[in-house]
Amino acid sequence: MKKILLTLALVFSATILFAQQTYPVNGSFDVRPGLYAFTNANIVVNANQTISNGVLLIKDKTIQSVGTGTSIPKGYVVIDLKGKYIYPSLIDAFTSYGIAESQRATAGGFGGGRQSIFTSTKKGAYNWNEAIRPETEVKNIFAIDAKKADDLRKVGFGSVNAINRDGIARGTSAAVSLTDVSENLAMIKDQTAANYSFNKGTSANDYPSSLMGSIALLRQTYLDASWYKGQKEEYNISLDEFNKQQNLPQLFEADGWQNILRAAKIGKEFGKQYIIKSNGDEYQRIDAVKASGASLIIPINFAKAFDVEDPAEARNVSLGQMKAWELAPTNPAVLEKAGVNFALTTFSLDNPRDFWANLRTAIENGLTEKQALLSVTEVPAKMLGISDKVGSLEKGKLANFLITSENIFKSSNIIYENWVQGKRFIVSKMDVTDLRGVYNLNADGIGALTLKITGTGGGTAAAIERTGADSVKTTATFVRSGDWVSINFNLKKNPKGDIRLSGYLTNVSPIAFKGEFALSEGTTGNWTATFKEANKEAPKREEPKPALAANGPLIYPMVAFGNTVQPVAESVLLKNATVWTNEKEGILQNADVLLEGGKIKAVGKNLAAGAAKVVDATGKHITAGLIDEHSHIAGTGGINEGAQSSSSEVRIADIINSEDVNIYRQLAGGVTTSQILHGSANPIGGQSQLIKLRWGKLPEELKFEGADGFIKFALGENVKQSNFGTGARFPVTRMGVEQTFVDHFTRAQEYKKALAIKGNNVRRDLELDALVEILDNKRFITCHSYVQSEINMLMHVADSLGFKINTFTHILEGYKVADKMKARGINASTFSDWWAYKMEVQEAIPYNGKIMHNVGITTAFNSDDAEMARRLNQEAGKSVLYGGVSEEDALKFVTLNPAKMLHIDNKVGSLKAGKDADVVVWSANPLSIYAKAEKTFVDGIAYWDLEKDAQLQKTQQTERARLIQKMLDSKNKGGRTQRPVAVPQTLYHCESVSDYLHEYTTEMEGAHSHE
Amino acid sequence: MNKYILTAFFAFASTVVAFAQANIVPAKPQSKKVIILGAVVHVGNGQVIENGYITFDKGKITGVGDATVVKFALTDADVISANGKHVYPGFISPITNLGLAEFESVKATLDFAEIGNMNPHIRSIVAYNTDSKVQPTLRSNGVLMAQITPQGGTIAGSSSVVQLDAWNWEDAAIKTDDALHLNWPATPRFRGGFNRPGFSADALAERTQKAIADLEEIFSQAKAYGEGAKPATSNARLAAMANLFNGKQKLFITAGTQKDIVAAVNFAKKYGITPVIVGGNEAYLITSFLKDNNIAVVVSQPHALPSNVDDDVNMPYKNAAILANAGVTVAVSIDGYWQQRNLPFMAGTIATWGLGAEKALQTITLNTAKILGIDKTTGSIEVGKDATIFISAGDALDMKTNKVETAFIQGRSINLDNLHKQLDKRFSDKYGIK
Repeated sequence: MKKILLTLALVFSATILFAQQTYPVNGSFDVRPGLYAFTNANIVVNANQTISNGVLLIKDKTIQSVGTGTSIPKGYVVIDLKGKYIYPSLIDAFTSYGIAESQRATAGGFGGGRQSIFTSTKKGAYNWNEAIRPETEVKNIFAIDAKKADDLRKVGFGSVNAINRDGIARGTSAAVSLTDVSENLAMIKDQTAANYSFNKGTSANDYPSSLMGSIALLRQTYLDASWYKGQKEEYNISLDEFNKQQNLPQLFEADGWQNILRAAKIGKEFGKQYIIKSNGDEYQRIDAVKASGASLIIPINFAKAFDVEDPAEARNVSLGQMKAWELAPTNPAVLEKAGVNFALTTFSLDNPRDFWANLRTAIENGLTEKQALLSVTEVPAKMLGISDKVGSLEKGKLANFLITSENIFKSSNIIYENWVQGKRFIVSKMDVTDLRGVYNLNADGIGALTLKITGTGGGTAAAIERTGADSVKTTATFVRSGDWVSINFNLKKNPKGDIRLSGYLTNVSPIAFKGEFALSEGTTGNWTATFKEANKEAPKREEPKPALAANGPLIYPMVAFGNTVQPVAESVLLKNATVWTNEKEGILQNADVLLEGGKIKAVGKNLAAGAAKVVDATGKHITAGLIDEHSHIAGTGGINEGAQSSSSEVRIADIINSEDVNIYRQLAGGVTTSQILHGSANPIGGQSQLIKLRWGKLPEELKFEGADGFIKFALGENVKQSNFGTGARFPVTRMGVEQTFVDHFTRAQEYKKALAIKGNNVRRDLELDALVEILDNKRFITCHSYVQSEINMLMHVADSLGFKINTFTHILEGYKVADKMKARGINASTFSDWWAYKMEVQEAIPYNGKIMHNVGITTAFNSDDAEMARRLNQEAGKSVLYGGVSEEDALKFVTLNPAKMLHIDNKVGSLKAGKDADVVVWSANPLSIYAKAEKTFVDGIAYWDLEKDAQLQKTQQTERARLIQKMLDSKNKGGRTQRPVAVPQTLYHCESVSDYLHEYTTEMEGAHSHE
Repeated sequence: MNKYILTAFFAFASTVVAFAQANIVPAKPQSKKVIILGAVVHVGNGQVIENGYITFDKGKITGVGDATVVKFALTDADVISANGKHVYPGFISPITNLGLAEFESVKATLDFAEIGNMNPHIRSIVAYNTDSKVQPTLRSNGVLMAQITPQGGTIAGSSSVVQLDAWNWEDAAIKTDDALHLNWPATPRFRGGFNRPGFSADALAERTQKAIADLEEIFSQAKAYGEGAKPATSNARLAAMANLFNGKQKLFITAGTQKDIVAAVNFAKKYGITPVIVGGNEAYLITSFLKDNNIAVVVSQPHALPSNVDDDVNMPYKNAAILANAGVTVAVSIDGYWQQRNLPFMAGTIATWGLGAEKALQTITLNTAKILGIDKTTGSIEVGKDATIFISAGDALDMKTNKVETAFIQGRSINLDNLHKQLDKRFSDKYGIK
């Protein structure tokens, strides 16, 4: 019944004010003129202009005039605002308002997610991958959500951009008003932007399962769409729509500054400047964010303080989390200062009601009120291309405005009314009689009492006092409904029990009430109350702003061990050490190494220091920085794109994460260069990225300049999914693995031929492009491999199809085919002593490295493990234990030899004048368990220093203590808190199968912490 | 096909290799007195004898001391001149599934985790495979004994201590059912990355409380069960716990964080048990608690990443030293089974990061023997103990110098060959290289 009434009411209200031309009406037409004049208001026309004592005239949906001294024509309803304020209603450029939440199609969750669904399950002539769904248009699926509209209106919003947040290419969004009348009326602009993200959403397809896969899929889609324009072979709704949407604003949801940079890179490649919705951490790397040129949409969902009262629990919260808690509120101010164009959104607020409190926090942290207003009015209006309709109060624009008690940013401000398209929505009743004050209350048989009405607005709370005999002071419940009040209190005795008063206003000046009361035992009587005096309150002072405790400094990166100031290259003379040159000079005793300008200036005895700082290294050992040929640190969003048997289109380069603490931890073990590899879930993996461990630099700055491109291949149990997966993905045997390579390289050869003949008319295929690079000797293979049969197989496939294998990695049975590898000049990067973790390593032996080395293969030891990478020097030492490799050669297993196989031995890997100053100072022989890395230089910068680390830890301790105190203070002042739970650290290695979307990482069953 | 390969293998091996894996047979009992002369003797109790001697007979050590001040009758004895070499007590690997697993990814070879949550009646010794290819690869690095430990569930079952040169588990056993192993129900520190019902911090904490209540229930019941008359219906689980309460069996509790360690110790104390803490990655934060309660700690896997991002990056290397220097009895373990050959280097790491070599040695010898309750016969080179010792050409805690040349288990000179050495020889010979 209730529902029916509601429906009726809606239909009714619709016919009254906003009849639509095309809609029939049941009953008589009731079209009203909708003429209003708002007078005596402070009209904030826009962020730059405020009119005092102004008049706003509206007609129906539209603003007719804004100004002062306007003569009001007859026929207008005049609303005298008596110094109140009028603001343009706010605009939120990023919401999913009015979009039904899509159900996730895939199972997802623990160890699941993989269903082996290779192509789209959507019926129709759409894209092969469901995550590419530009055909989705919000204008077709938008439906008014009365509850959400009400929530947003109460906060002050009048229009929003409605986005279907599902998929990688998500289709078009629409700008709608927050009216409750009809979708036809609400639609302000039916196509505001084409939308994108890195998240495949409800797509049932396995691909992509990683961030780098999402990036590759989007890049391929740009290429496909471009190809589609000129072809006649197929009809594809998705690509067609994709092309049609390219002239709209392009809106990318990419949370976090690193993802902003990732999106901007794609934009640069395809000539797009995205508007990016991010997550509010841009202050951490504001220069890079600014340089991306992107306009941003930023949430203000500042984290709650962690509840750190229990020190043991507080340990779970990292310095990075604490600092982010402290500094996140500065983000809008930092963006403003940097001159970034940004809008603010309510998106990801726990509750839209937090919007104003958080916005005021941002203002306290330096955001100007002007920018704040711009960011919720004109900026989003411009982004969405709806400036002609909303965002400021000008003639011809929609009558979307707010009536407020004062400056909208003041904490005492009250939003009275939110008018949407000329329709009034009352948020808080204006001009209610202020009942606050002290009254003489008289009730029959009870006697004289004092009533005190307090609270906000016209009064929301009450207290009762009786003096003399039976004196008592008690609070009363006070409910007001228009001019009707009810008051309920208990005097303990005379009479006992609750006294319930109800009554009404009989006079306004002075205020008087009259009514009846009932006692608990049933007696009734009459009461009156008359105004005696105003509440005696301390004159309302301007709230003294709580002195903000100064914020701590930013650190780079924004995790523990980050530096407040980026360290710079030094000129250093390391004096009188045992120097392992890795050159023909061998190991020099009592020798010096001079570092200057990021390079090794000289190696030898009795070097002159010149301007360099002299470090006495007597008793120490100096080596080239260690190089890890096989690493999976410093990546994010998954390192396996294993949904298909080939994923050569994905690039680790796209997902480098500069904030991984393992970079610092490995510097502490003397590592300076790491090859970050794709995992081993499929035969043809993704493109590798060589990085230097430049702690604190941006992801792009970690990349090893000028290095050759590599790619990961894999063989064996992982690629045939022996220990994980559904078993539905080809191949499942080593026989099938061969044919995977044969097929892909045959296609690559044909593709290459076609490109040569037909040029741009051939559909560009990122997957085959990478294989062509291999055929052209421009990209080099690192192949994960175990047993001799498969190693032999790939060498034959390579021979027959005309490509080279640069390196076999893991290569645990390399010792069985070392002569064949040697004959082809293939390098080997293996583990020192791992075995028995899978069937295919039953004959893995620690003498493998030694045998391959002695056969003449360039041999390295690698980690594939964030922990072991800290001790690569010890792993090299094991080649002395297992097989008696000379110490000089053993060290080369983790320095010069990996440099050679990565084609960077002209820059790193040995101590030689002119090479990069990537140098480690060890406390003892580096192959010994007793050696500590005391200093690690990369490009002459001492990123690791054992002594400075101790200092840093102390500083960090102090900083943590300060932040913990600040959180405790916040809690004590009533600030909300959250449980101190740590952010899980994801450690990847070859067998980590993750799903970026489903936020899980599992290990293939039976996998070891190694491969 | 398989048969053919095997045949070919043996045919090949028999001509080139002295021993094939199947022929690495357990050594015969000691028949003659052995005298080792001139070695650096690392006694295992912190003491070092620079130019030492060791004599042993019938499997037991009969003498140890300074070689410069004794004279021997060298007749009727095998004399080993070990000038400049190092002699160590056999290293002991605590907490390992050695012999209970062969290939981690092959289910048929895995015998260390029984189903069920409370399995006090489960015994590792009966599944221990003396014929695994793994043990010989440990012996050749000096690991001569191990505590074979079941895993999984809250109460995983009983471990047994074995020596690594035996025909069958019965022969291998040094001490059967030495300890019961309990995994303390820890509150996960992470949300697990899943923001879903049942995974909230509160839900997890509740689950932990329930698990602890379950433990209290079974311990209380088991204690009463042992004290009363034999009930009409017997209970294998409760009966299996009897030796915990009379002190014949130790209780090992795996716990990592400081809170969990304190909770675990206080739990055991309620039943009059002094537990051994296993894992203990935050034990360094509560050294005085551990000392006051006389708690020994088996520090797991010093070669690990710090448990918190903010922790000292070298914390896992330092943990054991901090504990030992504070006076806590510390042993060291590593995860897994084939990895156990790296046990000496765990001690080496601890030596480097604060403990010094001889004290670090104790964490894989005498301290371990004490914690396992086998120090009367093993753990150090002292008269009366088993002659389970080895000679290394260099410092055995350092991979650069670890070179085990001779090893004895209970006086028996054991074969130091292994599958890996054999494959090395086979292929080095193929290529004609060393």
